[in-house]
Amino acid sequence: MIKHRFLSLAYLLAVLGAAWQLARHSGVPAFLLPSPEAVGQALLRQHALLAHHALYTLGEIALALLLGGGAGVTLAIAMAASPLLRRLLFPLVAASQTIPVFALAPLLVLWLGFGIASKVVVAALIIFFPLCLSLFDGLCRTPPGWLELAQTMNRSRLRQFLHVRWPAALPHFFSGLHMAAILAPVGVVIGEWVGASEGLGYLMMHANARLETPLSFAALALLMLLALLLSGVVALMRRRFLYSA
Amino acid sequence: MSQAPHGPAITFDDVTFGWGSQPICERFSLTLGGGKTSALLGRSGIGKSTLLRLVAGLSTPQQGQITSSLAGDLPQQIAWMGQRDELYPWLSVRDNVTLSARLNGQRPDRARADALLEQVELARQGNARPDSLSGGMRQRVALARTLYQDRLVVLMDEPFATLDVMTKLRLQSLTARLLHGKTLLLVTHDPLEACRLAHDIYLLDETPLRCRAFPAPDGDVPRAAQDVAVLQAQSQLFRQLNHD
Repeated sequence: MIKHRFLSLAYLLAVLGAAWQLARHSGVPAFLLPSPEAVGQALLRQHALLAHHALYTLGEIALALLLGGGAGVTLAIAMAASPLLRRLLFPLVAASQTIPVFALAPLLVLWLGFGIASKVVVAALIIFFPLCLSLFDGLCRTPPGWLELAQTMNRSRLRQFLHVRWPAALPHFFSGLHMAAILAPVGVVIGEWVGASEGLGYLMMHANARLETPLSFAALALLMLLALLLSGVVALMRRRFLYSA
Repeated sequence: MSQAPHGPAITFDDVTFGWGSQPICERFSLTLGGGKTSALLGRSGIGKSTLLRLVAGLSTPQQGQITSSLAGDLPQQIAWMGQRDELYPWLSVRDNVTLSARLNGQRPDRARADALLEQVELARQGNARPDSLSGGMRQRVALARTLYQDRLVVLMDEPFATLDVMTKLRLQSLTARLLHGKTLLLVTHDPLEACRLAHDIYLLDETPLRCRAFPAPDGDVPRAAQDVAVLQAQSQLFRQLNHD
């Protein structure tokens, strides 16, 4: 499994590297597309600056995952537990996704300020939906035979949930969490672009404005690395907690 | 043979039930003997499994009641074993056997689970995952799980329907031996299974449900599959079912 993942990463880097070199040698100016060496140098020379902003972004992502993930899990459980709550909440959950987050981000910055809160909420809004929908689907798909067997042993719906519905829905939960982990950096960066004073998104905007493209690319590379890292953590959790990962 | 506690009699008293507008039984009455195996046979969809569900409390009669000769809530006295083994894939074989303890917030009795697994000849599979077992082995785990509950009434809904003939015969014998003294209500499509395992055989026909008794062969259960009386009873039963 690890070897397979390593090969996938190596393949991805090779394709990106080849495309990059091809573009570089087709006459694109360096201030638009810096060389890999220039990006590498930016990573080395400005590692302290990059690390500071990366940590800030990572903190925002972690908070967004907690907030969005918590909201997604809570709503999914509530909707699966009660038909009434399902009828009340599902339209709201679906409607929340009809407004583009790009359009909402400036308003959130206006309401919540330039600090960490607006970025966390933007990202949480993006990630709660796939997690909520995926888990809700999983909770509704528990095989009836499993539930009826549990029902003959104990009538408590809470115990049935803890011992049957939740573990049966875990594959769906991890699918949603995987998607959330990939989308979280996107949400945070959108928030940082709209208004921030720290974070990789802010650094990219700042570097772009001063035509420091290698630094912008270095921030982008770190952002990719963060997304891959989160995806890897979710994959590890899946292997640890899931019966047939 | 161990001296297991005697299972209670179960009485359907004027029970009426239907799925939506489709009636299954109207004022249905029947008493199943305590500590005996009663087999219910009839064509598909006639309502055999519905009767089991009513006893288990998975469905509620619209009229009438189902009672046990023992005091207390009937669904609290039953253990259920369906056509599918319903083993939970995220639990080991042993944890599946002790499922009822987990669901009731009790500490699972590992030693007892292992003893039951030994009885169903799966002593070495305690830590295995259900996915790694054959159909017959999975059904034996389900039997061990049913036994672990140690209830006086056992409801079995075509428990061996998906198994090959030899595995089925072996599991039937094992079931009869291990559930001796309990009240066993067995829904089956297999006349031989009914003739081997049941003290009382009931044929269900018509909708709403009607029930008539069929004389079971003499002798202790499990009866030998090649016993002449069993084969004759099977043949008569088959004719009656075919006629219905």
